[in-house]
Amino acid sequence: MPVEDGQLIVGLRGTGVKEVPTYPEICVHSMQDLEILNSRQNMPYKVDEETKELYEKEIIPFWKGQAMRDIIFENLPQEWIDCYEAGIWTEFMEQRAPGHTAGGERIFKIGVLDIKEEIRKKMEELDPSDPDYYEKMEELKAMDIAADAILIYAQRYAEKLEKMAEEETDPKRKEELKQMAEICKWVPAHPPRTFWEALQHYWFIHVGVTYETNPWDSFNPGRIDQHLYPFYKKDIEESKLTREKAKELLQCFWLKFNNQPAVPKVGVTAEESFTYNDFSKLNVGGLKEDGSDGVNELSYLILEVLGEMRTLQPNTAVLVSEKNPDRFLIEALKVVGPGFGEPPFFNFDGVIVKMLRQGKSLEDARTSGVSGCVESGAFGKEAYILTGYFNLPKILEITLNNGVDPRTGKKIGLETGDPRNFKSFEELWEAFMKQVKHFMDIKMKGNDIIETLYAKYLPVPFMSLWIEDCVKNAKDYNCGGARYNTQYIQVVGLGTIADSLAAIKYHIFDKKTFTMEELLEALKNNWKGYELMREILRNPEKTPKFGNDDDYVDEIAKRVVDEVVKLIESYPPSPVRKASRRAYFLPTTVHVYFGKVTGATPDGREAGFPVSEGVSPVQGMDRRGIAAVFRSVAKCDWDKTGGALLNQKLTPDLFDSEENIKKLAQLIRTFFRLGGHHVQFNVISAELLREAQRRPQDFQDLMVRVAGYSDYFVNLPKGLQEEIIRRTEHKEL
Amino acid sequence: MVKGIIFDIKRYAIHDGPGIRTTIFMKGCPLRCWWCHNPEGISPKPDIMYFSFKCIHCHTCVKACPENAVSFDENETQHIDREECTGCGICAELCPTNALRLVGKVVTVDELIREIEKDIKFHDSSNGGVTFSGGEPLFQPEFLEDILKECKKRYIHTTVDTSGYAPTRILEKILPYTDLFLYDLKLFDEKEHIKYTGVPNELIKKNLIFLVEKKANVILRFPVIPGITDTEWNVKGWARFLSELDLSSIQEIDLLPYHDVGEKFNRLGREYKMEVHHAPSDETLKWIKEEFKGLGLQVKIGG
Repeated sequence: MPVEDGQLIVGLRGTGVKEVPTYPEICVHSMQDLEILNSRQNMPYKVDEETKELYEKEIIPFWKGQAMRDIIFENLPQEWIDCYEAGIWTEFMEQRAPGHTAGGERIFKIGVLDIKEEIRKKMEELDPSDPDYYEKMEELKAMDIAADAILIYAQRYAEKLEKMAEEETDPKRKEELKQMAEICKWVPAHPPRTFWEALQHYWFIHVGVTYETNPWDSFNPGRIDQHLYPFYKKDIEESKLTREKAKELLQCFWLKFNNQPAVPKVGVTAEESFTYNDFSKLNVGGLKEDGSDGVNELSYLILEVLGEMRTLQPNTAVLVSEKNPDRFLIEALKVVGPGFGEPPFFNFDGVIVKMLRQGKSLEDARTSGVSGCVESGAFGKEAYILTGYFNLPKILEITLNNGVDPRTGKKIGLETGDPRNFKSFEELWEAFMKQVKHFMDIKMKGNDIIETLYAKYLPVPFMSLWIEDCVKNAKDYNCGGARYNTQYIQVVGLGTIADSLAAIKYHIFDKKTFTMEELLEALKNNWKGYELMREILRNPEKTPKFGNDDDYVDEIAKRVVDEVVKLIESYPPSPVRKASRRAYFLPTTVHVYFGKVTGATPDGREAGFPVSEGVSPVQGMDRRGIAAVFRSVAKCDWDKTGGALLNQKLTPDLFDSEENIKKLAQLIRTFFRLGGHHVQFNVISAELLREAQRRPQDFQDLMVRVAGYSDYFVNLPKGLQEEIIRRTEHKEL
Repeated sequence: MVKGIIFDIKRYAIHDGPGIRTTIFMKGCPLRCWWCHNPEGISPKPDIMYFSFKCIHCHTCVKACPENAVSFDENETQHIDREECTGCGICAELCPTNALRLVGKVVTVDELIREIEKDIKFHDSSNGGVTFSGGEPLFQPEFLEDILKECKKRYIHTTVDTSGYAPTRILEKILPYTDLFLYDLKLFDEKEHIKYTGVPNELIKKNLIFLVEKKANVILRFPVIPGITDTEWNVKGWARFLSELDLSSIQEIDLLPYHDVGEKFNRLGREYKMEVHHAPSDETLKWIKEEFKGLGLQVKIGG
């Protein structure tokens, strides 16, 4: 039960700061994993001898074969395993448990004792003739036990803090410890009454949820400025709190997240996704439940805290609605700067449309938000489980090889015909979509199996206490207890697939620059001997490229989004949770892994290179500036999806005056009016410009302002490049 | 329909007038400023630019040129005979790496307005609009007038970025459709103006007086060129000239610091006469700023 020096909020998932428990019931780290984690250069996790011994003698022998990961792989059909190994997809649930949700208002309005009462009543109400009576009763019992556990945990903290207060010699700290002890006596048993209590209350729940399993994205308090504002306002009015004190408490809260790193992965899958940080995403702004502007004083205070803390965790999402004032965007943009891309911006009005389309009530849509990377969900009411990344460029590769994966020679796809015989682009499109469906069928079958296994073996009664309507339904979160149940596929490589299809359409079928035969040979040889062809195919002035506001290719991107979404949504609800099937377009970092397993693609990409990231244009292919990128991206109908991720590089001069920041605010507003979902800015640093000097071929799109004009950085003479680097460095100071 | 020649469209332009702007760079300019930042806008005809670092020496261009104007010497250095080159662009089209680039595209008013319309929502949100820059937009007067009219039909805010070197009647014609002028001041002395820009400045001064009298919205732009425009004599000359005008419709004056763009001139096969290669010092910018501020003008560095 550690209490960090000077902290005002208690509760940690380990026995100390930055410690991480393992979850052998989900996946077992091997002795080799522990060695690698202990010794690697990048983000090492220290593993002591005692732990190693425990692992060797007890944990591995007991759990090997019984962990969820082992059970899952044992139950999945071979065709699923083949696709997984080929890199058609990844599987989220093999190393972490379902999670993918955020806290809603319930967390801040009720205490554990209230929930225990709900459980008791529900037990009384249960009808013994209900065929699910036994299941429901067991779940309620489990929930009750889990509720007791957090009460005991808080009680122990209260006792410990009291003792510490007695021993403390510094009068200020002594007082703090006393107050903390009092708070832990009240929450989480009772609903919080003050700002401080609300933060502690949430944190106990956070620790509980993340201790129970290792849920994806960890967990987060959701619309924090909305939830905390009533406490803040009341405390300020009653002079129990000052703005400064609230800020200190928020900073303490920030550190709690930052001091709780993610559980390291097992095996070599580290490269699939560098998930060594969690994805707790606090939300600010947006609308209130009644549809009015949600921005309040706390929204601004939180932005201030974000700008000062600059920690890896938690992330903060800025929800932008038409009803929010410009000031909110401007203050958020002021936090963005060189080397710090936070916070990302979200189209909240679009999130509402997405939620309504999925059948959520208007109120639940307005209290929704974004978690993880860019995932829209009805906070506190929805289990929206992400199941795996889906590699579209790889499927095109298999289509062009008539069902065979050229990397392994295995036939894992359908025989959709030799592309040399295709007479039109439409024939290719049809073949491609047939392959996509073939692989999606297998993935969905796997999803159903995995969902069933989690429902059976790994319920989460503690998390179920907090997500509506699990208690009411006497059903676990992992069994469909939540009010809304959704299952997501994360589609990856939109830019690469759009550019590849456009390159084929344009050069093979329209202009007949090359024959399919030549292209296939070039791809097979990874462009060796076909360098000129590659130059043309990857040249935005000679081949249409997504991200330049060119309908020729943007229409293809839109079609891919439309068709893939339609396909995913065509599957019936999942067997246990009755989840509807939806699509996200986001990659986290998996585009690197997907690139590694995918051969050369018709857009001029070399084998093994990363595929495009999120819904961003292929790296370096957008040459017409951010407005053109926004236009291209917004042509796709994101309202049909749960969200799409767009990263954009910007030069620091765009942030260097209030006037420019106001223009950026309007740029974001326009993107959202056009239908964009998310944008995050990476401000170009001097370091990145140096990199561009070293590898100009990779930075062809990097536009900088020189003086009265802008130019591509790599096109500038060395002296001018140096001057711009110096200017950028100056701005970083 | 009247056609025009442009060499670039910049979207999300934020330094060329209010709000988010779409800047149209029009090709052709009667001036030959030594320091010109956009030399690809000088000629009213298409140009070929050569980026040596992108060249993979495949010699496709040599074979492609119908005028036999492209060659490589024994050191593999490329030469374009600019006299022979007609700007047909075949070499650039075939160049696999874009080492050769055709600058200059002939467009109709219809085509251009369709491009501009793509950005209307960005203009709407930010009170932005379109800026016609160059080159010298007034060098294509009919095309400019037509496109400005089309913009106004669509309630798009219009800005014309000009050297002021054009017959006054042209300014008069576009005045009703132009919301803002970005107007350059270069050298006050006539002889010096001729030396460094190739044209006299009497007309430029006269046109500025005309715009001021018409109460047109003007932002003045003063390129700060070390050793050329940043002399006390020059700055004070302009300050004196301005002090006699009614400055109420002049919104501000932007100081545009010089940067060496010799490389751009090389790519076009043009001679770069500038001997100074460094940007003006902060002190220089400061005293010029103070000088113009003394007139009651708002002064901005950059723009």
